[in-house]
Amino acid sequence: MRTVIFRSIAPYLTSLMVLFSIFVLLRGHNEPGGGFIGGLIAASALAIYGIACGVAPVRRAIYFHPMAIAAFGLFMSGMAGVLSVFASVPYMSGLWIYPHLFGVEIPLSSVLVFDVGVYLVVVGAISSIALALEERDRD
Amino acid sequence: MSASAPGTTFIVLMLPFLAALIAPWLTRRLGHNAAWLLALAPVAIFIHFLGFSADVADGGVVTGGFQWVPSYNVSFSWLIDGLSLTFALLISGIGALIILYSGGYLKGHDQLGRFFSFMLLFMGAMLGVVISDSFLMLFVYWELTSITSFLLIGFDHTREASRRAAIQALVVTGGGGLALLAGLLVIWNITGVSQVSLLLSYGDELRGSPFYLLALFLVLGGAFSKSAQFPLHFWLPNAMEAPTPVSAYLHSATMVKAGVYLLMRLNPVLGDTVWWETILPVFGGATLIVGTLLAIRQTDLKLMLAYTTVSSLGLLVMLTGFGSEHAIAAAVLYLVAHSLFKGGLFMVAGLIDHEAGTRDVTKLGGLRKAMPVTFIAALAGAISMAGLPPFLGFLAKEEIYYALWATDPWSLAFVAIAVIGNGLMFVIGFAVALKPFLGPEVKTPKHAHEGPALLWLGPLTLGAAALVAALISPVTHRFISSPMASAIAGAPETVTISVIPHMGPALILSLVTIAFGIIAYRMLDRLRAGMAWLLSAIGWGPDRGFDQFISGAVRLSVAVTRLVQPGRLDVYMTVTFLMIAAALIGPMAWYGEWPAMPVWPEDAQFHELVVAAIVLIGLAAVIYARDRLTAIVSLGIQGFAVALIFMLFGAPDLSFTQFMVETLAVVILALVMTRLKLHASDHRPTLQKIIDMSVAIACGGGFTLYLLAVTQQPFNTALSDFFAAYSKIVAHGANVVNVIIVDFRGTDTLGEIAVVMVTGLAILSLIRIRTPRSTVADNDPDRRPGQAVVESREVR
Amino acid sequence: MEPILAMLVGALFTVAIYLFLSKHVIRILMGAAILGNAVNLLIFTAGRVTREVPPIIPGDADALTGAAANPLPQALILTAIVISFSFFAFLLVLGYRAFQELETDSSDDMRVAEPVGDKTPPAGY
Repeated sequence: MRTVIFRSIAPYLTSLMVLFSIFVLLRGHNEPGGGFIGGLIAASALAIYGIACGVAPVRRAIYFHPMAIAAFGLFMSGMAGVLSVFASVPYMSGLWIYPHLFGVEIPLSSVLVFDVGVYLVVVGAISSIALALEERDRD
Repeated sequence: MSASAPGTTFIVLMLPFLAALIAPWLTRRLGHNAAWLLALAPVAIFIHFLGFSADVADGGVVTGGFQWVPSYNVSFSWLIDGLSLTFALLISGIGALIILYSGGYLKGHDQLGRFFSFMLLFMGAMLGVVISDSFLMLFVYWELTSITSFLLIGFDHTREASRRAAIQALVVTGGGGLALLAGLLVIWNITGVSQVSLLLSYGDELRGSPFYLLALFLVLGGAFSKSAQFPLHFWLPNAMEAPTPVSAYLHSATMVKAGVYLLMRLNPVLGDTVWWETILPVFGGATLIVGTLLAIRQTDLKLMLAYTTVSSLGLLVMLTGFGSEHAIAAAVLYLVAHSLFKGGLFMVAGLIDHEAGTRDVTKLGGLRKAMPVTFIAALAGAISMAGLPPFLGFLAKEEIYYALWATDPWSLAFVAIAVIGNGLMFVIGFAVALKPFLGPEVKTPKHAHEGPALLWLGPLTLGAAALVAALISPVTHRFISSPMASAIAGAPETVTISVIPHMGPALILSLVTIAFGIIAYRMLDRLRAGMAWLLSAIGWGPDRGFDQFISGAVRLSVAVTRLVQPGRLDVYMTVTFLMIAAALIGPMAWYGEWPAMPVWPEDAQFHELVVAAIVLIGLAAVIYARDRLTAIVSLGIQGFAVALIFMLFGAPDLSFTQFMVETLAVVILALVMTRLKLHASDHRPTLQKIIDMSVAIACGGGFTLYLLAVTQQPFNTALSDFFAAYSKIVAHGANVVNVIIVDFRGTDTLGEIAVVMVTGLAILSLIRIRTPRSTVADNDPDRRPGQAVVESREVR
Repeated sequence: MEPILAMLVGALFTVAIYLFLSKHVIRILMGAAILGNAVNLLIFTAGRVTREVPPIIPGDADALTGAAANPLPQALILTAIVISFSFFAFLLVLGYRAFQELETDSSDDMRVAEPVGDKTPPAGY
């Protein structure tokens, strides 16, 4: 699997896939996509990178332990629900704000925070599994 | 009826439990002197209930409580009348003395705090039994007495005999409690009321019901097991493994009387029938005789007393069964008298054991000089037990004979039983009270001397109480006997008997009893030898039967476990899937609701059929794959085909997710499988394959039929419509699927991603746990495949 | 289209269960993967199928109008796919580790929890 061509294009492929996954994540509310799919795409990107170049570069590249990323995502999703406390509405009620940035209206919401949390959990957990299995491949 | 001071009564009912909570702490601070403080709890209860006595003596009934589970009409309510008041006074009064006695008896024991705690718990439970008005509360407290009794009997849990006795008591009385629950539910069902106070007016309805006998037998099962009626008597003598305070309190004065209490309580509604008036006297009489005969055989002071307790309980049941006015009066007097003298005598036995180091009656003698106070207390108990004036026992026995005396053969038989029983109890009473104290001094394991006040205070007080109660009999009758007898009879009754004997058959029978007792006392050793011979000739008894029952139960459960848990995964799976197939197909077959024969969908398009065919091809390839890689790839093919189906039917989100997942699944499957030396091909025998295939087809066919049936029903679109309508307006999202996931059902999703996270953690830890292969695995020549190396693990 | 999908679901279940009943860990694993698909397709079909119109509200509309696929089963299945994948991975690793420890891939030989010839419990008190 670790051919020169594969090794050379893998970083670019991975970056593209991660970018695409974020795109899928963000458009998920109105078009097909969302945290689960985005997370899976990013996780496969990391898995591909791991197969091509070994696990160590992947771990270096994502800097955090994948499980830590997943844990942070879970925390983020949970907290997205807690945000509704400040608006005196029940847990997990969606909240929306529309700040204007450079003249463009950007809809931000607690739901988006939640979806990003889902994304991080899926990326973290699945890539952690994949990386752990790939690591075992070499010992 | 008046409902006074409900709050106070509730607090009083909870008081023993609160005291039990602080008992260990208090004992750690104060040692055995904590008894003085802890005894305040029962004293307070005693005083509280004493406050009701004037009211109750005038025929009043105090009820109180609150709703517990209103939807089921279950209340936490209590009923204080003559019967429950007398019991409550006995429980709290004797309880206070027992707590003090325990402090002296177990002084320096490192588990004393625990012991106090158990004792107080039991006190609270017992109080609850006699005070309860609602059936369920009665049952809960009833079982609580069984459990606390289990804890107390097994207090010395390092000895096997203790453990056995505790389990035995729990099985017998706890099982009886279940019978009682069933009986109470039957009564509840017949009458529609769940409170004792309301039940009293339903007597005729209950007696006329076709389920009367069922209710009666179930209630009797509970009462007889608790009150140790023959042939369920065996647990009570074994319970003497408990420390003596337990025996004195639970197994003579209070708990064992719970069964008698129940019979007395239900006498107005269940009694007055041929069944009641036959079963109770017969079993009671048999218990009376068997108990005394077995008591004769014993040489251990506690066991002698325990067997006479059995016989006394038999006497009480017998009297309750007769149900006549005098029989009830006799039962009341005897119950009170018995609690006083038997509790006292048990404490004396414990005191002798504590001071002399043995309680074997043949190894004791001449203690009267060393232990004069104990001797007086013992004498008081024995006189009352023997039914001699001027103690309460005398009143009870006079009333018994008065009640039983008649000239028909049935009554005469019971008179004879009572005379023999009372005569033998006379013997035991004096054997316990005189034998260790009179005669030449015998060398005992410990040098005997008078015990501390904590120890002799209890028996002396109880002896004095029995004396005073008899001497001021009009007061006793007014406040205790008459109200209690009225409650049992369900009609006003007055008890009048006094210490001054008056001529009549009762007095003659008393004299006969005493004469018989004196003769038997002189022949005690010979009687004992005779009984010992008789029992060894019989050999088998219910006690041994219990052992056989328990070991049989263990063997049965082992056999059943072996049968249903053969330890083979394929067996479990086969059974599971057969059940699933049955659950799917069974209802359709039973109700004949098969789905209509499906028609070929006209609109099915070619490419859709091709995709479905790809799924099938993928499945077939998985089954027939000769090597691993083919199997994995085929698995991927069927997964991608399923993703295509999602795509074709308007589910792009699902489709993408499925694609990603299948890709990842194939990758990690390949990663793992290439490292395993596994047989990819199936080598089950053909017959096994056919069986497995039939199970699989039954199950899969079941799902098809089920799905066909479902899709042929009209579809309820309410939920989907809701999401479709509000997705954009309320949640500002156009992709309805995503809105459902992250917004409408967000909390669900939170749980689901938590699951994903946890599986990730589990996988990581599975991978990281390693067995050191070099040490055990390779050097052990006997190691077979499938044998685990689980002894040593290291986590990296 | 539902009848065809119903039969497809039946086929998926049949194969999954047939694989489950074989005693080899690897085949059981593949059965588990197929079973996940079977269940997802079952839910999907039970929610009725519509062709090619995803449940996405057009830009100018406020609500989903006209014929579109049922969004509810899709939402259920979407999370189910991810969860069944994580469990599949867990089973995979479990089977792999069991193979490493016990040196067998046959479930019949894995008798650590329920050993053959287990001792009877003590009969005393």
